[in-house]
Amino acid sequence: MPELTYREALRQALREEMLRDPSVYVIGEEVGRFEGPYKVTQGLFKEFGPRRVKEAPIAEEGFMGIGVGSAMLGLRPVVEIMTLNFILVAIDMVINHAAKVRYMFGGQLKVPMVIRTPGGSGKQLTAQHSQSFEGWFANTPGLKVVAPSNPADAKGLLKSAIRDDDPVLFLENLTIYNQRGEVPDGDYVVPIGLAAVPRVGTDLTIVSHSYATVRALQVAERFAEEGISVEVVDLRSLRPLDMETVVKSVRKTHRVLCVEEGWPTYGVSAEIAARVSKACFAELDAPVERVGGAEVSMPYARPLENAAQVNNEKIYAAARSVLAESGMLKRGILTANR
Amino acid sequence: MSTIAPSRTTPDLHVSDEELRRLYRMMVQIRRFEERTEEQYTRDRIGGYCHLNIGEEATVAGTVGSLTSDDYLFGGYRDHGLSLAVGGSPRAVMAELFGKETGQAHGRGGSMHLLDVKRHFLGGWGIVGAQIPLAVGAAFALDYEGRPGAVMCLFGDAAVNIGAFHEGLNLAAIWNLPCVFVITNNLYGMGTSVEMASAEPDLWKRGQAYRMPSERVDGQDVLAVREATQRLLRLAREERQPALLECLTYRYRGHSVADPGKSYRPQEEIDRWRDRDPIVLFEQTLRTRGILDDAAVEAVRAEVEAEVQDAIDYALASPDPDPKDLYLHIYDPKGASDFDRMGEGAPFGELSIRGTNWANGEA
Repeated sequence: MPELTYREALRQALREEMLRDPSVYVIGEEVGRFEGPYKVTQGLFKEFGPRRVKEAPIAEEGFMGIGVGSAMLGLRPVVEIMTLNFILVAIDMVINHAAKVRYMFGGQLKVPMVIRTPGGSGKQLTAQHSQSFEGWFANTPGLKVVAPSNPADAKGLLKSAIRDDDPVLFLENLTIYNQRGEVPDGDYVVPIGLAAVPRVGTDLTIVSHSYATVRALQVAERFAEEGISVEVVDLRSLRPLDMETVVKSVRKTHRVLCVEEGWPTYGVSAEIAARVSKACFAELDAPVERVGGAEVSMPYARPLENAAQVNNEKIYAAARSVLAESGMLKRGILTANR
Repeated sequence: MSTIAPSRTTPDLHVSDEELRRLYRMMVQIRRFEERTEEQYTRDRIGGYCHLNIGEEATVAGTVGSLTSDDYLFGGYRDHGLSLAVGGSPRAVMAELFGKETGQAHGRGGSMHLLDVKRHFLGGWGIVGAQIPLAVGAAFALDYEGRPGAVMCLFGDAAVNIGAFHEGLNLAAIWNLPCVFVITNNLYGMGTSVEMASAEPDLWKRGQAYRMPSERVDGQDVLAVREATQRLLRLAREERQPALLECLTYRYRGHSVADPGKSYRPQEEIDRWRDRDPIVLFEQTLRTRGILDDAAVEAVRAEVEAEVQDAIDYALASPDPDPKDLYLHIYDPKGASDFDRMGEGAPFGELSIRGTNWANGEA
């Protein structure tokens, strides 16, 4: 299987879908001659031209609205928002329009639109450019929200999103654009609403999405060296949410830690915790634990930024506390050489 | 108000008698439909917000009445007249106001969210000015696919001060999209006058910033509105040139049925506008030209009266939507299997998207 970066996998999916379906077009800032603010659309303008790769001025509400209106007439726009932070000036078009059209009009119109945008924090980008709002969007009926954590899922989910007849917020992540991984050739499609279990384990479940999954897998590796078996559930899709896979894992491990890059209060991890608590109340050996970004505006100085972000140390510590809470560490069931 | 004198456009005198009668009937129908709607609202058969077109009939008939089957229409929430003017069934409009399954949006939208997909009326939108980028998107789609026709987008005077107006008009202009923007300037956004809200109260001038043909017409004169609209539609269709049209008019009623419309404007102003009632003016013109006489006017009124009564009867007799279908249409039912794995841990309707699976105490 060929190895591609997350960025290349997205580009491949876009290109293949544009070749497959003439109603698919890309619209956004700097997506054409500039070749994409993060180079995801590199080469597409040269191949498909200005009609299908529409270079928009800085007017997010305007071109998001164009996406919605053109989708109502049957096109399949892929709207690129340079980063998730800038979607706030267009949020009326997403929540009040894209998400409402089908229902408000009694099922007579649809909005088959994808909004591609990277979120996340890091690289000292500071308060207005380091945010994770995916939970706000996943809160809204009428939208679908997906957040792949690796190149293969990036390709497969983007293809599904483009073919979907409902509006999909497709969350990418700045930190993992360069991450490499095996990506199946050809028409590889990952269904929306299906979580993955990239690491199987028996002692603790970590539930995460996007970049948090990359970290969760690293932490799981560290626990393995200590003889503790961690299972990682990568949600991939936030709405719909594959609770079957989460619950199946928790019923096996009886311990769960939810990790997200964003603020945990009212966040994705809060949703998972509530649903797991109901579905697995009798089977939990410890309360559901959560870890997320510090609830501050992202600061600039490196030591402060490091302190505000989720990192492997914080995930590790939170996981240890779940294990300790359940009595697992105290009872000495787990040892370094088990 | 109004210190702004409308610049009269010479009416196109070469309109067929049949077309003149059609426009007249359309205006009488809208007026009567809205009067009866107001009455039904006070009888508590209609809920929510309810914005009436009374007094603005010439702007509706002159603009919407000029669309062809290739064109598309987007509007705001003062939309009852728009749906009637595209030729929609009064029954389906009234049934929607009554919240019935037989309504234009199957009882999901209500007064502000009428639509008629078959006749290319794509809503009925509730956020001031937000329909403008959507309409530009529809024009983009026409252009993308090389289809004939144009998009008309109607909005009120207050919409010109919201960002979506600027972004929408700018995008339409830089991309040469076939879209005619129409300001229905009834002098007030709720209770805020145009002078209070707009640094440049000559709203049509806003279009000049986007280098698009822009003009103002007397919105009480249906033929003037029609002439300007047709000219601008032709530009949009044939030359991919977007344009802005301002129609000066007046709403006799308040902003919505809940607003008496008295506290922010003097009675004499209301009276002055009523003296130039668009239906009376048009009727006089048609009588002078020998196109209408007493008998013809009476026939139209009787026909419309019966039609609106029939719409009310139909709405009353129509079934309510079934709560079993509460979750139907929130997503594409064909994609409902995407949600099949959400059952564990307190589902909130995710398993009922197909609309036939309402059970398990979910409501």
